[in-house]
Amino acid sequence: MLTILFDGIAYGMLLFVLACGLSVTLGLMNFVNLAHGAFAMAGGYITLILVNRAGLPFSAGLAIAFVVTALIGVLFERTLYVHVYGKSPLDQVLFTIGLVFMSVAAVDYVMGSQQVFIQIPSALEGRFEIFGVGIGRYRLLIIVICGLLTLALQMTLSNTRFGSRLRASVDDARVARGLGINVNAVFTLTFAIGSGLAGLGGALGAEILGLDPTFPLKYMVYFLIVVTVGGTSSITGPFAASLVIGIADVAGKYYVPKFGAFVIYTIMIIVLILRPQGLFARAAGR
Amino acid sequence: MATPSAPVAEVTHRLAMRARWRPLEYVFWLAALASVFLLPGRHLILTEIAWLALFALSLDLILGYAGIISLGHAAFFGLGSYLAALMAKHAIISEPVLALFVSGVCAAVLGFATSFLVLRGSDLTRLMVTLGVALIMREIANQIPAITGGADGLQGVTVAPILGLFQFDIFGHVAYAYCLTVLFILFLLARRIVYSPFGLSLRAVKGNPLRASAISISVNARLVAIYTFAAFYAGIAGALLAQTTAFASLDVFSFERSADLLLVLIIGGTGYLYGGLIGAVIFKLMQDWIANLTPQYWQFWIGLVLVLIVLVGRERIGAWTSAARALAEPLTRRFARGPMAAAYPSSPGKGGEGVPGEGH
Repeated sequence: MLTILFDGIAYGMLLFVLACGLSVTLGLMNFVNLAHGAFAMAGGYITLILVNRAGLPFSAGLAIAFVVTALIGVLFERTLYVHVYGKSPLDQVLFTIGLVFMSVAAVDYVMGSQQVFIQIPSALEGRFEIFGVGIGRYRLLIIVICGLLTLALQMTLSNTRFGSRLRASVDDARVARGLGINVNAVFTLTFAIGSGLAGLGGALGAEILGLDPTFPLKYMVYFLIVVTVGGTSSITGPFAASLVIGIADVAGKYYVPKFGAFVIYTIMIIVLILRPQGLFARAAGR
Repeated sequence: MATPSAPVAEVTHRLAMRARWRPLEYVFWLAALASVFLLPGRHLILTEIAWLALFALSLDLILGYAGIISLGHAAFFGLGSYLAALMAKHAIISEPVLALFVSGVCAAVLGFATSFLVLRGSDLTRLMVTLGVALIMREIANQIPAITGGADGLQGVTVAPILGLFQFDIFGHVAYAYCLTVLFILFLLARRIVYSPFGLSLRAVKGNPLRASAISISVNARLVAIYTFAAFYAGIAGALLAQTTAFASLDVFSFERSADLLLVLIIGGTGYLYGGLIGAVIFKLMQDWIANLTPQYWQFWIGLVLVLIVLVGRERIGAWTSAARALAEPLTRRFARGPMAAAYPSSPGKGGEGVPGEGH
């Protein structure tokens, strides 16, 4: 029981790190980035190459995955995404679906279509018991890393100048511009960090979520659910949503395997029925 | 108040003018008819084009005319597909045309039930809800392998002769004639609907829901109606697929199918009925061609096309189709700009009035 809770929390934390970038870009630019999962996949494969082929330590692989994915994010944001911000949601959806398709086929071409695993250090394998609760070492690591990241994000948002600029831009981009905040620069930086975090999440999560070229398609729904349920105005919303969904998904798959996958979809639809306006009202009102 | 019926007569006249058959439309359907006789070797792919065109037409009804973005239109397509296959397999309703209709009606019921979810929230919420519905449908099909065959798909389907007369053959001759007939009949129906006052009110809703409700158009009821109707079309398209291939698999619910459908419609152009039809022709030919070049990676090129379309801009892509439309326009324009039109000049508002298909 507690083990499931623990696994669920680890899963939820992972989802949060993967999806928080998406929630901020959605809130900030009102931009539907369905290709967010592609960055996560990029992070996963970068770590795979570094650790499995080049023999770097796992921690270095994670760090480099973060940096490289963030750079890829900046590159894409500056060259491609900027042209699409002003367009209708339909165009944004088409554009990012196109990117997803391209990334899936490209990774398939370069890395092969089979599922791959990153070699994690042997110290992180296995599980141990505390008070009768089985705790996987790797999952504990995920909780620690993701927990620290969440704290760091929250501190950055609430206590730094960049954080207040970002919050101002999310609240009202036009007024923020009027106050002399360079919203585009804020957005590029946020996009980079969001992509980097997705990359890190993809690398960390390869062990749990699996990693193959269809990753962006498979997990797109999960990210979107997190964002839909959690809202886009803060990071506490997506955080809570990630935990709920992580726990619900793990528990659902464990207790009612037959209806496992329905659990999260049902949660999503119930939330949408109960709070249809609350979720995207701010974005729609602009 | 001397002649209160004058505006009514004017509107009726205009609607009739708009609904006139243009020369190019005759050409289009004659070409389709000719393909039945002239291209017997290509009937298999033409069959695919026919049901895809119907599917795209269905999406055009809600996207192009009502402005509802859907990422889960495959839900209705898949439902129709499975129902048709199941009815044929277990000989519940073995006659294909009747089975087709029943599949469509069931899909419409699902569309009606889920339409209330679609009414809520913004475009983003709609994307999520429609996607969620399609995924739930897929999961249901996946979880009851006893009925649907699960991941292996539903095999062993034998489709009875159409109307008890025409047996499906392996070359797809009958299948193509069948699909084309269904497409044509449903196209006529859709054409009738979008040129009706109801169709006009949908465009008004798409243009500005608030203003539409201010002139006493019941926005939600219209959206529910057209969504249900589009689901009916999608269900029939899915049933056509199942009947012509005698197979149904989880693939019919997949996200890629909904996404490809958007591409089909975007290639052809939204908001005029031929968009889906032309898009289906181009998409299938393109897919066929690319798949011959790189069987495994054709998705990459499809993705590239999507990205390029958005970067270049759909308006500019749409320009080439509007050239074709412009050819068909002047004849009807001249009538519409007659003496009556001068008395009631059309307002330059977006959406409602104007040339059909200029929605985007």
